[in-house]
Amino acid sequence: MATLLSIRGLTKAYPGVVANDDVSFDIDKGEIHALLGENGAGKSTLVKMIFGLVKPDAGEMVLDGAAYTPGKPSDARRAGVAMVFQHFSLFEALDVAENVALGMENPPKPRDLARQIREVSETYGLPLDPTRTVGTLSAGERQRVEIIRCLLQNPRLLIMDEPTSVLTPQEVEILFKTLNKLRAEGTSILYISHKLEEIRALCDTASILRRGKNVATIVPRDVTARQMAELMVGASFDTPAARAGEKGEVLLRTDKLSLPAPGAFGTPLREASLEVRAGEVLGIGGVAGNGQDELLMALSGERLAPAGSIFFKGRDVSRTGPIGRRDAGLLSGPEERLGHAAAPNMSLTENAVLTGARREGLVRGGFIDWGKSKGFAEKVIERFDVRTPGPGTAARALSGGNLQKFVVGREILQNPDVFIVNQPTWGVDAAAAAAIRQALLDLAAQGAAIVVISQDLDELMEISDRFAALNEGRLSPARAVSELDIEKIGLMMGGAHDMEVAHVDS
Amino acid sequence: MDPVLLVASIMVSATPILLAAIGEMVVEKAGVLNLGVEGMMITGAVIGFAAAVGTGSPVLGFAAAALGAAVLSLTFGFLTQYLLSNQVATGLGLTLVGLGLSALVGAGFEGVRAPGPGKLWIPGLAEIPVIGPMFFRHDFMVYVSLLLVAGVWAFLKFTRAGLILRAVGEDHESAHALGYKVVRVRMAAIFFGGACAGLGGAYVSLVRVPQWTEGMTAGAGWIALAIVVFASWRPFGVLIGAYLFGGVTVLQLNLQAAGANVPVELLSMSPYLITILVLVVISARGVHGAPGSLGRSFHASA
Repeated sequence: MATLLSIRGLTKAYPGVVANDDVSFDIDKGEIHALLGENGAGKSTLVKMIFGLVKPDAGEMVLDGAAYTPGKPSDARRAGVAMVFQHFSLFEALDVAENVALGMENPPKPRDLARQIREVSETYGLPLDPTRTVGTLSAGERQRVEIIRCLLQNPRLLIMDEPTSVLTPQEVEILFKTLNKLRAEGTSILYISHKLEEIRALCDTASILRRGKNVATIVPRDVTARQMAELMVGASFDTPAARAGEKGEVLLRTDKLSLPAPGAFGTPLREASLEVRAGEVLGIGGVAGNGQDELLMALSGERLAPAGSIFFKGRDVSRTGPIGRRDAGLLSGPEERLGHAAAPNMSLTENAVLTGARREGLVRGGFIDWGKSKGFAEKVIERFDVRTPGPGTAARALSGGNLQKFVVGREILQNPDVFIVNQPTWGVDAAAAAAIRQALLDLAAQGAAIVVISQDLDELMEISDRFAALNEGRLSPARAVSELDIEKIGLMMGGAHDMEVAHVDS
Repeated sequence: MDPVLLVASIMVSATPILLAAIGEMVVEKAGVLNLGVEGMMITGAVIGFAAAVGTGSPVLGFAAAALGAAVLSLTFGFLTQYLLSNQVATGLGLTLVGLGLSALVGAGFEGVRAPGPGKLWIPGLAEIPVIGPMFFRHDFMVYVSLLLVAGVWAFLKFTRAGLILRAVGEDHESAHALGYKVVRVRMAAIFFGGACAGLGGAYVSLVRVPQWTEGMTAGAGWIALAIVVFASWRPFGVLIGAYLFGGVTVLQLNLQAAGANVPVELLSMSPYLITILVLVVISARGVHGAPGSLGRSFHASA
């Protein structure tokens, strides 16, 4: 097959780190090429160079036989390169058509554009109403906005940055059909992911980046997921040990917990009932934006719930604030690391004091015991292998994965009786994620009850005893993980609204 | 009190705030919070006054006021957009600079009388009884301010440039990822906002008063800021807000003149009190519509 884009020796250095070091590979016409690597391996920098957001220090690119040096994204778009971002580049307060228009070089008149959006969405089985405000769309629908925006420009190369991280299994299936149809039409796709099974199912070739270097270009179907993972990490790593043991008494229970939405784009909780026993891990899945944050805020005490809806060790704590719940032994870790779990500009020691002050006795007579606080922060850093110069470093200066290890470790070391955590391994590399999961399982083995809210189904299947799904603020009844398969989980998540009407002509 | 005269004077009284507020709304729609409106207004007031006295032409006075205040606003833009200084602190600084600068420039103009713009009778409409004297016998700036509101509305709603401006204010990271020049768009918006505030200030010194006294804008810039929030960042909301405030101002002045049995201080306070009250009620309703990136500094990382 003919080569569409040839990347030769691309290098990009930032102060203190070489993000890309002499990366070379070819993307053929009509192939799905995977770009694989851990967080911080340089995937984002590489695609930013292809999309014209970053200029390479050295190296060149050849697109369809001609030199390709995009100085800005509009150059890339004109050359037929389109990109679907991981964190969507969408504007919540604007409607679908406006969002699409913003991503096009020469958008047609609004009425023609709405018609074109409908046409493309039908052709590719991606139902979408051009007049809806993006803030009201689900994550899957938002992704469709991005994809349609790209497709309207008839791209030759479509870059997709971790497209399935926010989708239900059914939505993933629809996306794959769309991508296969595009491939059949001759469009090349550069597919960035760290979900190995997905890459094996979908991609023709894969280039693996490790610490900025292209360590291998392989055919994913010919190797196992484990081999790919080891290429990515550069070493073998442990998967969490299987759990066993008795479950104890019910430590945390909610009874038809309902709460109105916190803001215009929030989700209300609707009669969510759950219970977790000592030694048990309850996994809660669901597509992003179906009430995960709201559930965590209600359980942590950040938002108070109506009396009689949340019980901790049999006591009604619905009207108790976060401090009271922490004192009692109910701890939590929210999803957003910077600004919610940690104060970005404060040091790790200070951040340790913020949640650990009372349980760890870091405050005496109203004054902070800095020596002890530093000791506690150092303990977290050591136990959870947080890579940082020291506890005096500002939280903002840590990479996402390292900060995640710190904020999760900080709670675990406070020996909670109940620990609720949202997205514990989001953006964390494979080895560190395994360590965090193991720490959660160890905590459960010591008799704590754990609620893990996550969008990573593999993770939930790996560590949970029981699984429940959130859908528009409703919580499904929990079922033992051992009796579930991916099909049943998809139905529990119910995220496949309006999927039935979608069909792909292939 | 003659209702015809009342409506006509409300329009005159509301115009400076309307001009400043519509400009500030565009600035905020682009995601920038410029608290220096008061400083830009008073600068416009003194520059407009000086230019009109010097040239004898009120139109040139307004043009100079717009240009002067816009140039002043660019210092705010340079500090906040390129040097990433804090927008709140820089805006407050701009107000203080404007007040001081205007006092310096205006020192020689106390007691001088400026040539005001004549009344512009709209042909055909100005002769209609009641309606004509109410709406169609004003100076040209009243009409300019109304056209500006309509123009801003159409610009934001129908043009691609307006869409880009809203996108930049809504989420500057996304806008940058799509390849839009966030800082450039914001500088243009700041310039426009400065020009509008300058026109508003000149309207105070050339039409409403019309002479120069130190600090003569008397908080109109702050009211303009409040009205943008009151309007939930919608152009016609700004129009309503400005006319409401203008209405209360004129009414309390009339009550004072009629010798109402209320302390003058209370009456003078009333427009501000009512503005605060309306803001509280609106905020309590929870419908905001504030641009997502309002007041946040943008720094393109890589």
